[in-house]
Amino acid sequence: MIGSLEAKIPPGPLAQKWTSHKDHSRLISPNNRRKFEIVIVGSGLAGGSAAATLGELGYQVRCFCYQDSPRRAHSIAAQGGINAAKNYQNDGDSVYRLFYDTIKGGDFRSREANVYRLAEVSANIIDQCVAQGVPFAREYSGYLANRSFGGAQVSRTFYARGQTGQQLLLGCYQALCRQIAGGNVQMFPQTEMLDLVIVDGHAKGVVTRNLRTGKIEKHAADAVVLATGGYGNVFYLSTNARGCNVTATYRAYKKGALFANPCFTQIHPTCIPHSGEYQSKLTLMSESLRNDGRVWVPKRKEDCIKSPNDIAQQDRDYYLERKYPSYGNLSPRDIASRAAKEVCDEGRGVGPGGRGVYLDFADAIRRLGEPTIAERYGNLFEVYEKITGENAYRVPMRIYPAIHYTMGGLWVDYNLMSNVPGLFVIGEANFSDHGANRLGASALMQGLADGYFVLPETLPNYLAGQMGKRPSTDNHEFKKAESEVCNRLENLLKINGSRSLDSIHRELGTLLWDKCGMARNKKGLEEALAKIPVLRQQFWKDVRVPGQNEDFNQSLERAGRVADFLEFAELLCIDALTRDESCGAHFREEHQTPEGEALRDDEKFADVFAWEFQGANGGITPPRLHREPLHFETVHLAQRSYK
Amino acid sequence: MNFRLKIWRQKNRQSQGRLVDYDAPDISENASLLEMLDIVNERLVLRGEQPIAFDSDCREGICGTCCLTIDGEAHGPDHPGAACELYMRKFQDGETITIEPFRVKSFPVVKDLVVDRSSLDRIVQAGGFISARAGSAPEANSILVPKPDADLAMEAAACIGCGACAAACPNASAMLFTAAKVSHLALLPQGSPERTQRVANMVNTMDAEGFGNCTNTYECEAVCPAEISASFIAKLNREYARARLRRSVGE
Repeated sequence: MIGSLEAKIPPGPLAQKWTSHKDHSRLISPNNRRKFEIVIVGSGLAGGSAAATLGELGYQVRCFCYQDSPRRAHSIAAQGGINAAKNYQNDGDSVYRLFYDTIKGGDFRSREANVYRLAEVSANIIDQCVAQGVPFAREYSGYLANRSFGGAQVSRTFYARGQTGQQLLLGCYQALCRQIAGGNVQMFPQTEMLDLVIVDGHAKGVVTRNLRTGKIEKHAADAVVLATGGYGNVFYLSTNARGCNVTATYRAYKKGALFANPCFTQIHPTCIPHSGEYQSKLTLMSESLRNDGRVWVPKRKEDCIKSPNDIAQQDRDYYLERKYPSYGNLSPRDIASRAAKEVCDEGRGVGPGGRGVYLDFADAIRRLGEPTIAERYGNLFEVYEKITGENAYRVPMRIYPAIHYTMGGLWVDYNLMSNVPGLFVIGEANFSDHGANRLGASALMQGLADGYFVLPETLPNYLAGQMGKRPSTDNHEFKKAESEVCNRLENLLKINGSRSLDSIHRELGTLLWDKCGMARNKKGLEEALAKIPVLRQQFWKDVRVPGQNEDFNQSLERAGRVADFLEFAELLCIDALTRDESCGAHFREEHQTPEGEALRDDEKFADVFAWEFQGANGGITPPRLHREPLHFETVHLAQRSYK
Repeated sequence: MNFRLKIWRQKNRQSQGRLVDYDAPDISENASLLEMLDIVNERLVLRGEQPIAFDSDCREGICGTCCLTIDGEAHGPDHPGAACELYMRKFQDGETITIEPFRVKSFPVVKDLVVDRSSLDRIVQAGGFISARAGSAPEANSILVPKPDADLAMEAAACIGCGACAAACPNASAMLFTAAKVSHLALLPQGSPERTQRVANMVNTMDAEGFGNCTNTYECEAVCPAEISASFIAKLNREYARARLRRSVGE
């Protein structure tokens, strides 16, 4: 294995670790910073904020994104909000409480020190965003407004209408634009990273493809930062944007970076249900809707075909309120999702295919009036009407869980550096802060924490020993990586078979959703592991990728991503099979309490699974497992209870 | 449902483009227009033809990637909404649908229905930001913003940067796009110190990129998926006049 699996958590009391770590990290002086080239792949909240901040500090940054502009990264679609331990509401919030909620929400599968730091810098994020002009919601007094969000008993969520992700990303995009104009950041839109280059054991560059021209380019750097988001699209249908992919992180994995906890995939409970095979993506309805909406299904199967407004109160089962009285409709995502699956499995689901539950605003409209509800959620109701043709002010929304976020990602230490020295991984692309389940409004917080405040402090500590060690792109490792990339593209174009890309990707997605989705078991996972290699073989034998490389070829770019998903899916299922316990979003049917809740096995599995690629001769050699034990010094491991 | 399509095909920026006829039979009314194009493409590829290049990403109307002119309207007939939010139930069975890229001189065609909108990025790079270094921001609640100002700033900030405003404008003007960013930042106390320079630089860049001027036809407002009000253009003009005036007295 390249590097080591040491988490490098600083010594000392939890609350002082980050401060003392910063105090003892090495620095780069201002006049030396411009001598360092940093490659950042991805321009969402994590990549964009990192590029802007490092550019501002004086490093030479090259930032790559597959979109036609950095403003379009998928962070833009986050609706609900961003958490911060400001305690503006005087309702008992604190850094410790945000830390504790996040650790508990993650079902005790994340590192205390990382999570505490996240909670600590959360307040700075809000300061930074306000200074940038992010138009957060305000009270009439002019002070910032808050709301409560899934899984929390305090109001600590800041929001900008239902478009918080958009506004935070635009804040970060604008900061990035300023650095581009100032010449500190060079932006490469419509450019995809196709390989990581490792020289003498250190990450020293990338090979990219210009999606518009097909041109393959080599970029040498002193450090490489991956901020390429999650891998939810391995399921084909997810709430991710069409272009989201695992390629950058997976190819880094194939070059020796460890992939941690891939089976921790989050299902979002409130999405618009699936309506037909042609469907290309699922649309999320913000979780904030659960603040005022009540979730229910009919008590009796026979009532499912009735119009919801004709079903009397006593015939409705408000199952979240019934099962989890203290959290009710605000129960954490995994619990709310599984509860929806359960009632649908019982035959009490509503809508086409019986895969949906109601989210009803009638009570809230009666209590607060339609204008208040419209002010809070108006745009979401409009989106819902566009997609389904139904008016949610009059009839309850129909929702169903969908893949939304992936907690797993490349393994990183406390400095956000992977086991490959010089390869840093930030935002959703790393595994570090959310454990087995992410709380609502925490993704935006983590992306910005990593990019604005953590990486800019930890990266110099690595760079300090790397002055003058940047190789030239004539180095043979660059040439080797480049020729591998070219061969692979040629091979994809040569297949010229009879199946469409979508049909294979869809088949993979359906298989994973059935066997490795909301609930998993040994038999199903073994079935999936038997079928994935067959599908992968079919792909390489029979897919049709039209056109050529030296062109704007959207089929070719997607083919490369699907090929990686077909390999990555196997890793996902191996991880899910090996983690023989239930925790957070990973629900193994063999391990549940009599009430059907996830049953952890802290004796055997209170650790991070980090997988090492072992080569692919013919098939894929099973990856090697490294385990990082999690030490809980401050919190007490408890069974999550939201009753 | 069945449709006849007339789709703009153009190999690259240099070549001549033309409208090509396609049939799109057997499409669900619940499919989106982009999903209909996915189906058409899947069929084209299996027939050995080149698929139609078109841009999209989030497919929920927020990323601003899709940029289609549908039956002569930027983003199609179902306003407000981006092309990805247009569903086939909005069309009649058997209808002929014409799909072209956004038509703006400053958005050159890359291929088929894909255009290059980097000119919009350059307008923002010219000054569409507040210079706030990470680490030096004051406590958030030390900056009070009256709710009406914050709400109005949010309305302007909601722009998704798709460029439909310029595509719909007979003068190919990017005034609504530029106005939205200038207004968003000028309405907030944090944006005030750079207000004068910002508007001057952004407007100059907008002109240099070849966008036209506003003649108050309000087509931009009519097609804007984010419902940005054309009154922000008045705000832009006011900001610009103010900047010119301040400069003329040597400030």
